[in-house]
Amino acid sequence: MAPSSDWVMIGNNEAIGLKAIAAVSFERFRQAVIEAVAGEARLSALPVWSPGDSGGLRVIAVLSLPQRGELGLLSAALPDRWPSLTPHCPAAHWFEREIAEQWGLTPEGHPWLKPIRFQPCRRHPDGGSRSACAGLTDFFAMAGQESHEVAVGPVHAGIIEPGHFRFLCHGETVYHLEISLGYQHRGIERAMTGGPVPRSVHYMETLAGDTTIGHVTAYSHLLEALAGATVPARGKAIRAIAAELERIANHVGDLGALAGDVGFLPTRDYCGRIRGDVLNMTAAVCGNRFGRGLIRPGRVQWDLDGGLTEDLLARLDAVEKDVTGAVPLMLDTPSVLARLEGTGVVSSETARDIGMVGVAARASGLECHVCAEFPYGIYRLAQLPVNTWTGGDCAARTYVRWFEVQASIDFLRHQLLELPAGPVDRKLSPMAPESLAVSLVEGWRGEICHVAATDRESRFAFYKVVDPSFHNWFGLALALRGQQISDFPLCNKSFSLSYCGHDL
Amino acid sequence: MTLTASILHWLAAVLLAPLLVGVINRTKAFFGGRRGQPFLQVYHDLFKLMGKGAVYSQTATWIFRFGPMLGLAVVLTALAIVPAGGLRALFVFPGDFVFLAYTLGLMRFFTVLAALDTGSAFEGMGASREMQFALLAEPVLFAGLAVLAAGSGQLSLSGIYNQLWSAGMRPEGAPVLLVALTLLMVLLAENARIPVDDPATHLELTMIHEVMVLDHCGVDLAFIQYGAALKLWLFAALVTGLAIPLRTGQPMVDLVVTIAGIFITAVVVGIVESTMARLRLVRVPQMLVASLALSLAAFFWILR
Repeated sequence: MAPSSDWVMIGNNEAIGLKAIAAVSFERFRQAVIEAVAGEARLSALPVWSPGDSGGLRVIAVLSLPQRGELGLLSAALPDRWPSLTPHCPAAHWFEREIAEQWGLTPEGHPWLKPIRFQPCRRHPDGGSRSACAGLTDFFAMAGQESHEVAVGPVHAGIIEPGHFRFLCHGETVYHLEISLGYQHRGIERAMTGGPVPRSVHYMETLAGDTTIGHVTAYSHLLEALAGATVPARGKAIRAIAAELERIANHVGDLGALAGDVGFLPTRDYCGRIRGDVLNMTAAVCGNRFGRGLIRPGRVQWDLDGGLTEDLLARLDAVEKDVTGAVPLMLDTPSVLARLEGTGVVSSETARDIGMVGVAARASGLECHVCAEFPYGIYRLAQLPVNTWTGGDCAARTYVRWFEVQASIDFLRHQLLELPAGPVDRKLSPMAPESLAVSLVEGWRGEICHVAATDRESRFAFYKVVDPSFHNWFGLALALRGQQISDFPLCNKSFSLSYCGHDL
Repeated sequence: MTLTASILHWLAAVLLAPLLVGVINRTKAFFGGRRGQPFLQVYHDLFKLMGKGAVYSQTATWIFRFGPMLGLAVVLTALAIVPAGGLRALFVFPGDFVFLAYTLGLMRFFTVLAALDTGSAFEGMGASREMQFALLAEPVLFAGLAVLAAGSGQLSLSGIYNQLWSAGMRPEGAPVLLVALTLLMVLLAENARIPVDDPATHLELTMIHEVMVLDHCGVDLAFIQYGAALKLWLFAALVTGLAIPLRTGQPMVDLVVTIAGIFITAVVVGIVESTMARLRLVRVPQMLVASLALSLAAFFWILR
């Protein structure tokens, strides 16, 4: 695909003057996005903001073009009503619902227009007539004597986040699942506007608690891009080490939880413990198991001295030994595979159409991995293999996790052995005014996209966060079609999506 | 002496049944590389629950409160007709195994009614699953007992079990072991164990038995959990009596052997739970039908 010449190309973690982004008519914008996404491009973000001078709203499409390794930008003035992109570009459906909710606008012809976070409208902060009570909205209904609905949540058994799930069932078979989120909406994007302030980095660290490193890395890259600087190689390597530790810890935890959901106890018990060991490695680096306080714009706050490197290598060997005992035990057990295989299938066409990313997309055979497509930091020099699987079922998502754990352990060992010398920080100059930057990071769930633009005073005019969960929740809903309702917890865990990362 | 041993078996069941659950939990912990909860944890939980109040929905009727009480009463009665190995049970009468099957049926009937009484979608789902699987588990139990009754010419459980593993036993060993295997599968299904149900899960959508008792609390829940432990003992005693070929004629020795066998059964259940995953729900009927086929095979074996 050759995107039309209107698109402005930038690299990952590159800033560009706002005026350099082509502004076209909305109709042309719409056609360009639909055509590009029908080709090889992915819709990574669709931020809308109010520049303030004219009073109108602007929309920017951020496309990632993996075959070119570049990001395409296109801008247009956003009218109050517009013909929806979704019927021609399903990947836009969640973005359009978000815009409609945040700005009180109407994409006409959107197949299922309803709030996704139940947040107050930004143009009418009083809320207007829109219900701000999460979960109070329309749901699909199925008629018939023997059909029934099962409502689960927002309060769940166990320690998981709140979300409401509505199953339309006939007996044990699910015809459709509707997922209603928004219970964790904290207004992070709005709090970031006008920043950065000292608190901003803490918002990023707790945006999705299990993806602390991923989101702070994206935030730091963004600020560094706007300031025109990068951290030295040693800092980049330490960031990558933290990112891979996060990936291993979460994948191992999820593999254990998958084993628990199918009732296979040994792997569940061992993986729960190994996850803790990996988190403790992060704690050995920076004092916090989730890596909070490690990464800051322009620097990492904790260097690895010689003794610590050896300690981490020894711990990594122990983790590798334990995890290669626990996980293959599960994957070699026929009764476990019988549960995983064929459960919760997402075809690669569906995954492509709805714009899935990360582990779930790779399990459906899509070769999407930011580290390979838009490499950043130390990943420009050291490669992380892209592991895909076919089938798109729970087994595929399990295998992809397991392969990524192994790849990350190898990568981590290499980085620890070959840690570059030198400083870990760089002084940042102030951010460029009236500029926009995009930062893509491969978090353990998938593509994390942060987009921000600065105003004349070099403050954030807007700050947009797209967590991989934002792309993937609808994939989970589709995976459940025609499945047994008793397999939902297994499918849910195989996606392992974030509620607060989605709700922001 | 025999009567004393019979009474002692009933008392042992009443006192030790929660320990059986503790043994299963510790076995599972061992396979998971954990130390596991104390053996007596289930007793602590029961005492804690006995001291708690209960919350009742305003829309629930008397059935909701009656279910747990009846369940416990029924299983205590049923235990009195289950022999310990070759020992006579407390009560013996012809056809008592039919009585056994239907007292357990009565317990299930009221558990299901109490679950439906709450009007919760989860509990309705659980009730539907419970009845579907019971429909298939009950014939397995009956076919197994029919094999034993037809082979031995006895019509009471105690009579049947007394004949087993004695000189010139009828039926002979192989079909008896086959029946023991099918009864072990019924044990797993009836007591909500892996591979049929997962007693440890907190996921309402996947549960069968546990989901039906989600709304019970306090003393009611204690009755349900205690009743479940007794039911486990009951099935373990039935399996042990078939599987352990030891009849010394000394009532006290037989009693001790049987109780040891019951705990070994608990360890076996723990091992099964640790080494395999739960079946997909749609596969559970296949497992039960397979065990029915095994029972029928044993039946034709003794008729040949």
